[in-house]
Amino acid sequence: MKKHVLAMRKSGFLLAFFAFIGVLFVSVSHLLTKDKIAENQRMLLQHNWNEVLDISRYSNDLNNDNRIISAEELDLPYDSTVYLARSKSGKPVAAIFRVTTLEGYGGRITLLVSVNYKDKHITGVRVINHTETPGLGDKIEIEKSKWILGFNDKFLNDETEAAWAVKRDGGEFDQFTGATITPRAVVGLVKHVLDYANNNMSRLFSTQPKPQAQDKEK
Amino acid sequence: MTEEVKKSPNTNYPQLIANGLWHNNPGLVQLLGLCPLLAVTGNVVNGIGLGLATLFTLVISNASISFSRHWVRKEIRIPFYVLVIASNVTVIDLLMSAWLPHLHMVLGIFIPLIVTNCAIIGRAEAFASRNSMLPAIVDGLMMGLGFLFVLVVLGAMRELLGNGTLFANAAVMFGEGAKFLTVQVIDDYKGFLLAVLPPGAFLGLGFLIAFKNIVDRWLEKKNKSSVSAIPVAVENS
Repeated sequence: MKKHVLAMRKSGFLLAFFAFIGVLFVSVSHLLTKDKIAENQRMLLQHNWNEVLDISRYSNDLNNDNRIISAEELDLPYDSTVYLARSKSGKPVAAIFRVTTLEGYGGRITLLVSVNYKDKHITGVRVINHTETPGLGDKIEIEKSKWILGFNDKFLNDETEAAWAVKRDGGEFDQFTGATITPRAVVGLVKHVLDYANNNMSRLFSTQPKPQAQDKEK
Repeated sequence: MTEEVKKSPNTNYPQLIANGLWHNNPGLVQLLGLCPLLAVTGNVVNGIGLGLATLFTLVISNASISFSRHWVRKEIRIPFYVLVIASNVTVIDLLMSAWLPHLHMVLGIFIPLIVTNCAIIGRAEAFASRNSMLPAIVDGLMMGLGFLFVLVVLGAMRELLGNGTLFANAAVMFGEGAKFLTVQVIDDYKGFLLAVLPPGAFLGLGFLIAFKNIVDRWLEKKNKSSVSAIPVAVENS
């Protein structure tokens, strides 16, 4: 009986010791890589922003100037982030929305939609994340097709509203052969964001940033 | 420390190499790690990325398990393997995320999921825990190379059939200088979607296994006339 207890204790200590070594390795490599990983993520974000909005047009750090818009307010399935681009003098330039829809064919589609402050036209749209069918629905990616550039410089007002749909639904945006649901979801989401931006743009820029949003930078 | 598994007297390295690469190939014979194998082989570059990550994991885990085989009691060996493999994979995941961020994004969840690749725990239990370090490392290397080989061949088949290219996105893995590696094998190819979609992975792997069996039978026939067939060590892992 005593022998078993001793063996158990020994095994327990051994396992704990090896667990400690494992944790040590993981923590060391975490420490070594965490700055690099954070930098990669920042660069990726910056890269995405540059795709939708010319970097020469704003001079603030979007990492520190952003808001969360609740899912209810935007009427979308998830909370969205809006990055507020301002000129050197602090004047609003454009708002970059990071929004997600579930209307796609294969799950979530996350877009970055940049809307100009002054006349509310689209300066750019890019797909950040999607799980649409390769070869069919993935033409929404800029790497696969120029389709997404079709949103550039578009407005949403009473005259153009009917055009904000895929051609099959009577609008002006192409659908893809074999994939209508995906472009329909993207067009719908961009239109939805534009509609929100038309009504809320000045309010977005006038509200003071929440303190915790500013403290996000470590 | 007394209940020690007895060592194999002298290790047959050519046999180890042949087993890993061919006779007991993890992808074609043991059929282990099918989930990542089928999921990421849409193109060659993804195959290389996951193959290399698996290879490193196998070598390191085999080495550390073989190194500590005298201290680990057999009652706790399985949690010990899990511990070693999980911390290895986490470290590799972090390193890749730091220095190969694009490839890491493409491979996504399949890097952490190497932990669950039975090929690795299988080698730990079947080989590394009963052999000294050098054979264990060679075994890990060969098994890893065998797996990498299957990933690359399957990836090449699917990419060629599906998109008519080879090494697309090479820049994602090797940097901008590797762009020249991308070959448009078939010009103006319309694409064959089935090859890129999941069913294409199953079909492709099926064809590969069939091909291996044909070659094996042919070899067997050839050898029968002279010597008896090479003994194939089948381990239950």
